[in-house]
Amino acid sequence: MTEVARFAVSYSRFIDPEGRALADLPAFARDRETVVGLYQAMVLTRAYDAKAVALQRTGRLGTFASSLGQEGAMVGLGAAMRPEDVLLPSFREQGAQLWRGVRMVELLLYWGGDERGSDYAGPREDFPICVPVGTHAPHAAGVALAFQLRGERRVAVCSLGDGATSKGDVYEAMNFAGVRRLPLVFFVNNNQWAISVPRDKQTAAKTLAQKAIAAGFGGVQVDGNDVVAVRHVVGEALEMARAGDGPSLVEALTYRLSDHTTADDASRYRDDAEVSAQWKLEPVARLRRYMTEAGLWSKQDEETLIEACAAEVEAAAEEYLATPPLPPTAMFDHIYAELPADLVEQRAALAAETGRGR
Amino acid sequence: MSEITLVEAVNLALARAMEQDSKVLLLGEDVGIDGGVFRATEGLLGRFGADRVFDTPLSEALLAGLGVGLGAQGFRPVIEFQFMGFMYPALDQLANHAGRLRNRTRGRLSCPMVLRAPYGGGIHAPEHHSESAEALYAHLPGIRVVIPSSPARAYGLLLAATRDPDPVVFLEPKRIYRAVKEAVTDDGTALPLDRCFVLREGRDVTLVAWGAMLKETLAAAETLSVDGIAAEVIDVATLKPLDSETILTSVGRTGRCVIVQEAPLTGGFGAEIAARLADRGLTGLLAPVQRVAGYDTVMPLPRLEHHYMPSEARICAAARRTLEYA
Repeated sequence: MTEVARFAVSYSRFIDPEGRALADLPAFARDRETVVGLYQAMVLTRAYDAKAVALQRTGRLGTFASSLGQEGAMVGLGAAMRPEDVLLPSFREQGAQLWRGVRMVELLLYWGGDERGSDYAGPREDFPICVPVGTHAPHAAGVALAFQLRGERRVAVCSLGDGATSKGDVYEAMNFAGVRRLPLVFFVNNNQWAISVPRDKQTAAKTLAQKAIAAGFGGVQVDGNDVVAVRHVVGEALEMARAGDGPSLVEALTYRLSDHTTADDASRYRDDAEVSAQWKLEPVARLRRYMTEAGLWSKQDEETLIEACAAEVEAAAEEYLATPPLPPTAMFDHIYAELPADLVEQRAALAAETGRGR
Repeated sequence: MSEITLVEAVNLALARAMEQDSKVLLLGEDVGIDGGVFRATEGLLGRFGADRVFDTPLSEALLAGLGVGLGAQGFRPVIEFQFMGFMYPALDQLANHAGRLRNRTRGRLSCPMVLRAPYGGGIHAPEHHSESAEALYAHLPGIRVVIPSSPARAYGLLLAATRDPDPVVFLEPKRIYRAVKEAVTDDGTALPLDRCFVLREGRDVTLVAWGAMLKETLAAAETLSVDGIAAEVIDVATLKPLDSETILTSVGRTGRCVIVQEAPLTGGFGAEIAARLADRGLTGLLAPVQRVAGYDTVMPLPRLEHHYMPSEARICAAARRTLEYA
């Protein structure tokens, strides 16, 4: 017997759960402003999530998916990307989206049931939130193919969860990305739970990263609760793609500290002890410990930041709550570029019924 | 002007679209060097190069999803599915994404694309190669569903589809891919995507059909004329969005209507046309609307498929039934 192939999957971490740097940090992490910026974005994301959950609990927002505990993965992802790259998120990427310039009020409008929430004023080419799990992976391949055909040095980033790696669409997209060596990074936010199904019931594969190997490109693991490591590892994947060296997959190991969504009750299917243990690994306190120890962050800085985030979140919530719904006939807008004659009558009927609209 | 077949007209329209718009790409399984299983893309790889015509892995969900991504980035992908029976994985992408992207982003993103698939039975094909699932697609908001019935309409409608800003499911009646030749002027003139075509005028009964069924329907009209029955024949051509007016006007004049579809009866697109006649044309009807359709069975394998396909005789019989009402 001859061995014809052999593969390895690496794991990266720079800052451990106690906030200690394990090795020389990447260059960007030696700059105070950069590290502080990552921290601020994580705290803002957590404040946004808390506010959104509170709005939902008081009947002022629809079902909402919190990213509690995954702020490091998402902020690291967003921070690694360039503005001209395109993000194709699933539905828990608020940390990355906010970093890229999606407005908080837009995210609230989306979860509050208003299509304008997907009309991002900032990253105009970024895809909207994708709820059907993994179905956006082929879109990412299409976007990356467009970049490749035009010879642009841009990268499409498809963010998905551990559950999505079980979907055929994701494999089809990965397979094609490998064949065409597309400028595409698959970012797997492995938060260990797909609603109530744990990671070990999702696949028998030892890592999710190794799924890339079957598609002909590399996959690596990173500590998703170490924002520095995520930014670094995703940054390397992006540069490889940008240089024309093809796709890759980054599996960020993190944990969903919240319920799946506000419509879920995770206590039905997982132990409090598991969640408590994971709280010791979460990304925000970890980076704060590191920054405090390194003399980059003071109690005063923390208080100022908490206040600023609260103010920003409050302002976004107020703007969201003050935004009146679209007129009923707006549901007919943008169904087609031009409303076909066949739909004009239906729109008129709705306008007549509601006494509003054209 | 030359006489060409329907599949040659598809090829001609694709070539013209690619020549006129560098954003038009062709992708699918075997569309490159092989020229497609029906040769619809023959010669296009050589003419337009591997950056515009390329084979993909065998991944139908991917194909439709690629269209969403490419379309959102300003390309106009034309995607070939080898047979409609293999296109079901794309249904998810059409329903969840392609048909919604423009609306859900308030026009920020859209995905113009054409999904081409040969459809329909009657060519003694293997299992899963003969379906007529057009109604599934016509049910989806934000999608156009277009079915040509002649070489000239294939050329004009496909050109229009490649220029349309929204996703178009373009279903090609493979039974008549090479059945007839027709003069087609390759001048880049498109046909409208929101119009039915009146192929034959008549005062006694309106026969409504699309795709390959026009062959039997036109033959039925001819047979009926021998008995002095003047049938008007309408080619629906664009099922979604539907041009109700042309059908309502015709049936308003004849008072009788037979709808012909190859697809199974229940929930077929003929039911939508019949419902519209009931809604808005009832007072003009002199007889119940008749549907001649496939049965609510699985499409039979070739030994029995000719018993399944709506025939000229069944269409004539249905037309005569409508005339029994005074």
